[in-house]
Parts: sequence; structure tokens; C-alpha cells
Amino acid sequence: MSGLQIDDISMRFDLPNGSHVQALQNVSLDLKSGELMSVLGPSGCGKTTLLNIVAGFLKQTSGQVVLNGKQVIGPSADRGMVFQQGALFEWMSVRKNVSFGPDMKGMPKAQSNEIVEHLLDVVGLQDFKDKAVYELSGGMQQRVALARCLANDPDVILMDEPLGALDALTREKMQGLVLKLWKETGKTIILITHSVEEALLLGERLLVMAPRPGRIHKEYRLPFAEMGVGADLREVKKHPDYNTTREEILAMIWDMEEEIMGRTEESAA
Amino acid sequence: MIILGMYILIFAIAALIWAIVGAPFVKKDPFTALKTVTFGDESAIRSNRFASVISVISIFVIWGSFTGSSLIPGFLHVPGPFQGDTGFTYEATAPDGTKDTGIVRALAHPVGAVVELPSLDDLEESGFAKNFATTIPAYRASTIIAGKLLEDRKEQKITSINGIPIAPEGAVDIENGQVRMNAKGSLTFEPEQGMQMAEQFLPSPEKVGKRFISLIFDGYQNVTLFEHLGLSLFRVLVGFLLGCLVGIPLGYAMGLNGWFRGWFDPIVEFMRPVPPLALIPLIIIWLGIWETGKISLLFLAALWIMAIAARSGVSGVRISKVHAAYSLGASKWQILKNVIVPNSLPDIFTGARVAMGVCWGTVVAAELVAAQKGAGKMIIEASKFSLTDIVIVGILLIGVVGFGIDILMRILEKWLIPWKGKG
Repeated sequence: MSGLQIDDISMRFDLPNGSHVQALQNVSLDLKSGELMSVLGPSGCGKTTLLNIVAGFLKQTSGQVVLNGKQVIGPSADRGMVFQQGALFEWMSVRKNVSFGPDMKGMPKAQSNEIVEHLLDVVGLQDFKDKAVYELSGGMQQRVALARCLANDPDVILMDEPLGALDALTREKMQGLVLKLWKETGKTIILITHSVEEALLLGERLLVMAPRPGRIHKEYRLPFAEMGVGADLREVKKHPDYNTTREEILAMIWDMEEEIMGRTEESAA
Repeated sequence: MIILGMYILIFAIAALIWAIVGAPFVKKDPFTALKTVTFGDESAIRSNRFASVISVISIFVIWGSFTGSSLIPGFLHVPGPFQGDTGFTYEATAPDGTKDTGIVRALAHPVGAVVELPSLDDLEESGFAKNFATTIPAYRASTIIAGKLLEDRKEQKITSINGIPIAPEGAVDIENGQVRMNAKGSLTFEPEQGMQMAEQFLPSPEKVGKRFISLIFDGYQNVTLFEHLGLSLFRVLVGFLLGCLVGIPLGYAMGLNGWFRGWFDPIVEFMRPVPPLALIPLIIIWLGIWETGKISLLFLAALWIMAIAARSGVSGVRISKVHAAYSLGASKWQILKNVIVPNSLPDIFTGARVAMGVCWGTVVAAELVAAQKGAGKMIIEASKFSLTDIVIVGILLIGVVGFGIDILMRILEKWLIPWKGKG
């Protein structure tokens, strides 16, 4: 069975004072190979916890994650990860960062070089391959992070707010790049974001999560990612459905935030 | 106090001069020049090179001026001890009231000079008060016992100097010094000391320079300067390297494993605040005064610093880097080698700089206590014989070497870990 199955995952953190936090409750998802899903939700809804469980950095308290028929028990090269920032190895050049995965596997130099050259071309960093990563701008660093992840040829790419720290213009360019890479490589991608617009533009499927306990609130299937491939993202934003969906989701998240605030006020009173 | 006052005065005058005429010489960098707010903006403060130069020069000028150095013009010298021919006339009274006068001639001469007694041949000897001649080295006084001046010191008493009455335990200021009388009626003549420092307190810069040259070629107590310094450096290097060899792996183990951390935390945290100098007595008791003892001491000085540096280097690694490496398929060993070790290098280098400084300070102190050779040994030996110039050469060189080590470490750091602080 191919694809990624998240099967009835629950995550409960027991706190030292005897209480507990239910970070995730009965979350189930089924991603087909090559799907791009964005995950949206107010802070505390467990989206990062979910991503960490899929990556294998955390062990769920119940349920299971199955990738291509194999149960996930820990981190592995078949699930690549792109972090917000600061996860590059600053003691290595751009080229060394990108070839890290192949190098760890012991791939012959000639072969890994070919992969690196190709990916640096794709992300547009051919001229920077021998630079140190700390010499690059934030946007370029995230390009390196994308290339490094792709060099390992993972089945699933997990992105934890990869564009969160970038300025608005760079961010828009990078959104186009993510769509392009997704289409070209056909990878399964889960992308966590705080930005409703980004979730709409990049999510073929969009998952809205709700907090306390963290759970799936609503799921959308959207046409915008497909429309955005190779097109001007600003044109996509003019689509009438785009705006109505955006307003709907914004209202939904606002309601959740209000509810949280109300609850805290109640408990304070 | 005078020296401090002079130093502050030079500081103030130089600052004033700079404030009035210095402005055209300032090379402002174009960006800072456009800032209107500089007070409170640390980045707008540039170290004033002129001030640095004046600061160093004025220390040497004060040093030269208070030691009568030939390197600086004479008008800058503070008054030195009186030198040359001087003397006084004294009057003595016999019990029957008869008075007689005698003349004392003194030659104040530089320390170590061979001089002849001033001549008394032109003087007429009459009565019971005799004439007297003496020589006095600079910074010394000459005691003239009453019996040398008077025929009968039991009966006759000296009553005045240059016409000024004097009594036992009294003193009279004369032209080039002071004459004091003790309880038994003897005189002490002390020529003016001036404000310059005697050589055993502070030798002049050129004497120190000359001594430096002779230490290089002839050495002190048959050991050349480089042998002394080289041996100290050798001890530091061996102790430091051994400390790194044990301390860094220990720190890694403490950063990566709970059992190691639990086991060594109390030891490291306890030993870290113990100054290595406090261990010297125990080390001497256990290991004696030979190389083993000193190198063990330096090993201990470096060990805890390096262990703590390596541990904090490991705990400073950003978890997303480790996660990224795992999801790129790296094994534990590969993560240690490719992520944890390079990530901890900046911390380790900072620790190494601290450790080198501490080791250098410790080796000198250890040699002061017990050593056959070494920079510290050289200065403590020289101080026993009042060879202040050797002591000063030693102190200057210890400072220069310590500073040199730190500069070297900084250059190495820049070259080996250019990514420091840029993660």
C-alpha cells in the first residue's frame, strides 16, 4: 500500500504536576503519493507535534503512522524535513550541505556531484555552490534547505513553516518554487504554515486543525495549487473562489481563537 | 602619589590638546561621521590611536624620568640624589664653656663609583674639634660617630651645625641635605635623596634593556632567557594538550550521556572553582617539585575548563540541526562527527583561550613556588638578590608571551572556525 497513512493518532503529554495536555486526539489522514497538503490552525493545535510524529522524532501514545506499507518508528531518510531556519550546517559550504544526505549514505562522489549540480540548478544557486551558507540571505538559505532535502530523494517531505521567517516578497517567490518542485519531483508534501494565503496557494488539500485537544477540524480540496504551477500566484489570488475560501477559513480560525480566549477568561474568573 | 598625579596630569593635558587641535587628524569612517548620536552608541566609538600612543609613551617617560634615564632629555628628570662635594661646619662646646669649630667635608658619589676622600690639607687643625672627610654613595647616609670629631666625646658636645643649634635626637637642614644627631651625640649626614628611585627599586629602561640583551646571550645563573621562557611554554603546552585530550572527550560524554553527566558533574562543578594555585602544596607533597608535578597542575587547570567548554558546546547544538541530520539518514556516529563536533568547536575554542590564559598564569605561579628553571623561577631568584632589572624583564616578557598566546589563538580561531557566531 503506497502513500502515507496516519491512523488514529493520539498524543498525550503528562505534566509533572499531575495534569496532562492532549496535544492530538484521534487524528487520521490518508495521503496519496504525490499529494501536497497544507496544515493550518491556531497555535497549540498540535500541527508541529503531528509533523514530528510523522518524521519519527516523537512517539505517539496511540495509533500508527504507515509509509508505503511500513510502520514509522523513528527518523529515516525516506521522510525529509525542511525547518523554518537555522537547520543548515554553517560549517559546510552550500555544496556540502546539499550533498549531506548522499554523503551519509556513502554514495560515490561522481554520482552525488551530479545530483548536487542538478538541484542547485533547479533552486537557482549554481553561482553560490562554494559559498558558506552564512553568507547567503534567508531566502537563499531556504533554497539550500529545499535542495538538501531533495538530494536525499525522500518519499515524503515534511515542511515546518519553511517560509515563516522570510520577508513578504521573498516568500512569494519561494511559494512559486515550492509549487514548481512539487510538480517536478512528484513528492508527497506536508506543509505547516501560519499564513492562510500560503495554505490556500500551496495546499492541494488543506487541513484546518483545532486546539484543545488538537484535532482535525475541517478539510478542503482546493484547485489553486494546480493553477499556480508555473503561473503568476497573484493571478491565482484574483480567483473568486480564492477569496471566499480565504474569508471562510479566516472566520473559522478567528472563532477558534475567540473560543480559546473565552475559555481562559472563564477559568480566570 | 606624585607619579599618579603626574600620570593623570599627562592624561588631562593630552586629552585637552587633542580636543583643541586633534579634529583634523581624525579619519572618520563616512558612516559614523553622519551619526548625530554617538554618546551611548557603542558602535560609533573608535579607539583613538593617538591616545594609545601617548599612553604608552607617557608610561616610559615617567619611568625614565623617575630613574634618571639617559633615553629622555635631562629636563624631564625629576631631581635625583645630590651628588658632588658638600659639607658643613660644626661647633662643639667643652664643659668649661670653651668653643671650637670643625669642618666636615663629604663627597656624594654614584653607587659603585670609586672615589677618593675629599682633601682636608688646606684646613688648619686647632682645638678639640677635628676636621673630617667622608664619601657617601647616592641614596645612603653617612654616620660620623662623635669620637671621630671630638677629642673627648664624654666631655665635649656638638652644639650647632652651620651656626644652627642642635641637640641629641634633633636635626638640622643644611644646603645639600640633612644632619641628624642621635641620642649619644653622633651625627648622621644624609645628602638630599631627590625623587628618583634607587636602582634596586626601579632600574632605568636602558638598564632593563641591557639586561634583556645579556639575558638572551649570557642568561642568568647559566640559563638563557629562552631556556627559561621555553621551558615555561613547554610546560603550558604539554599540560594544556593533556587537558584537552582528556577534557574534550569527557565534556562530550557529559553532554551526550546521562550516566556520564551524573557521574562527573559533581566532580567537575566542585573542581572548577578551586583555583589551580590552591592545589600547588598538595601537588608538591604528592608528586614533588619536578616536571610531573607542574605538568599535572597545568593538566588539572586545563581539564575542567575544557570539559565544561565541550559540554556546553554539545548542549548548544540546535535541535533542528540534529533532527535534520537524522532525517537525512545520518547515523549516531555520523551525527557526532558531522554535526555535534563542528557545532561545538566555537565553544571549545573559547574554552581553549581561557585555558591557555589560566595555564600561563598558573605555570608562572607554580615556578615561583618550586622550580629549577622557568620564567617564574628566574624572577623569584633575581628578586632574592635585588636584581630588579631581571624581575622587570621577566614580568614584561611574561606579559608579552601571554598576550602573544591569546593573539595566536584568536588568529587560529578565525582561520579554523570562520562560522563562529553565524549559525
